[in-house]
Amino acid sequence: MVMVSFVEPGGAEQQIDVPEGWSLMQGAMSNGVEGIEGECGGSCACATCHCYVDDAWLEKLPAAAENELAMLENVVAERRPNSRLACQIKAGAALDGLRVELPEAQS
Amino acid sequence: MTELAALGTEEPMVIVGAGQSGLQVAESLRAGGYEGRVVMLGEEPHPPYHRPPLSKAYLAGEAEAAQLTIRGPDALARKRIELRTGVAVAAIDRDARELALSDGSRLRYAGLALTTGARVRRLPLPGADCGNVFGLRTLDDVHAIAQRLVDARDVVVIGGGFIGLEFAAVAAKQGKRVTVLEAAERLMARVVAPPVSAFYVDLHRRHGVVVELGCVVSEIVAGDAPGSGREGGIRHGGPDGDGGPDGRFATGVRTADGREHPADLVVYGIGVVPNDQLAVAAGLACDHGVIVDDCGRTADPRVVASGDCTARRLADGRLLRLESVQNAVEQGKSAAAALLGKERPFVASPWFWSDQYVAKLQMVGLSAGYDEVITRGDPDEGRFSVFYYAAGRLLAIDSINQPQDHMTGRKLLDRGVSPTPAQAADSQFVLPSLLK
Repeated sequence: MVMVSFVEPGGAEQQIDVPEGWSLMQGAMSNGVEGIEGECGGSCACATCHCYVDDAWLEKLPAAAENELAMLENVVAERRPNSRLACQIKAGAALDGLRVELPEAQS
Repeated sequence: MTELAALGTEEPMVIVGAGQSGLQVAESLRAGGYEGRVVMLGEEPHPPYHRPPLSKAYLAGEAEAAQLTIRGPDALARKRIELRTGVAVAAIDRDARELALSDGSRLRYAGLALTTGARVRRLPLPGADCGNVFGLRTLDDVHAIAQRLVDARDVVVIGGGFIGLEFAAVAAKQGKRVTVLEAAERLMARVVAPPVSAFYVDLHRRHGVVVELGCVVSEIVAGDAPGSGREGGIRHGGPDGDGGPDGRFATGVRTADGREHPADLVVYGIGVVPNDQLAVAAGLACDHGVIVDDCGRTADPRVVASGDCTARRLADGRLLRLESVQNAVEQGKSAAAALLGKERPFVASPWFWSDQYVAKLQMVGLSAGYDEVITRGDPDEGRFSVFYYAAGRLLAIDSINQPQDHMTGRKLLDRGVSPTPAQAADSQFVLPSLLK
């Protein structure tokens, strides 16, 4: 299990044990974290699982693929340098303790 | 309309169907401030799950079942959404505001949301009940298909639409000999223009898939599975004994031209049928779907419907049936609002997507009635968009590996902004500049 902290738009922080190999979107949604919609189920087709990755962790993530970058250009909330799509981040041991913030709006 | 939320009744809001749309209704009721009981009834044994990956990443073995769960039981319980799985509704008594359930019990409701989805259109052919012939709609369907796929060599796909082609791509990538049989003269003909169909037929053929167009299926050829044990007088379905009703197995698919395509696995995707039987029996207006307005309302102020089971009445009187996640989610939000006495119309442009190999097809708008098609980008490079026009006005865009065009297209269509055909054709023209 990989412990990931999700900070909901209202400021509430939830720590979720995400099984290795799952995406952050899957871990957050199945546990009922507010602020991630993930409508497309993880196909990188809807841009509704936008999250802000804590700067300290950013460089530990594989870079966003072209498709993710294109979808990030169209997120509803402000796009920041640390914007990622939670469906494209797979939980692995190196991410234990990762902290991500969720934007005010996804759609 | 009555303010149901203000009634303070003990009767719950009841949602029939525990898929994406049913879950959306439940959560939107909570988000809308409804404090009363919310009961969600599901026929399948699973909590609500993401259906789109079934024919894509999940079937390819890239995920486990739990990863498809949209909300787990604990998350539902925290929101006081009472999920009851494995239970069907036998009848709706609208006068008594009461449901008869398959377990013999009855359940009264304050408000009712029908989110019953759709079911696979069955193959109306001899031999279709063979044990290795499958439709693809549910998690259980996919488990059965995946189990067969492991040892299958010859896979025949009936229907060259999204589901059939996504499955064909998965099977081809696993090294199976795959044949796609499509009755129309081109792939996905109901929804995309000829240039898109041409790109996809080429894509599948390059991956070794045999694509037969204009090919009408006449029969599933049934025989005994290898190792069926018939010689010993014992009838097994196959190695694991799960054959059709007679333990029969398809050995091929015969087409109207007399040919037989060998198969040890047959998957068909020839469309779905909306589950509107309950509504029909309850006297609600239905026409290939429960008829709702753009707020998810039926004629009964206590009954709303959303998602694949609906047919939405448009302003011009036509009925629109959409089968998509977006429709399930957006109508679900509308339906929940309607139960709370609010109007929240769903008017955004419809969007869809399909993943086949490394090609992501994203569609926005409805192209029916187009009189002009503009291609932007180069199909030979595997990235392009097709713009559909009627009388010079943009109707829809299909994008292949061009998510930027798609996302810009959603905004253009939602705002009623139409690039000229010349602007669309010019790949140097910056489409988002029209949104400023």
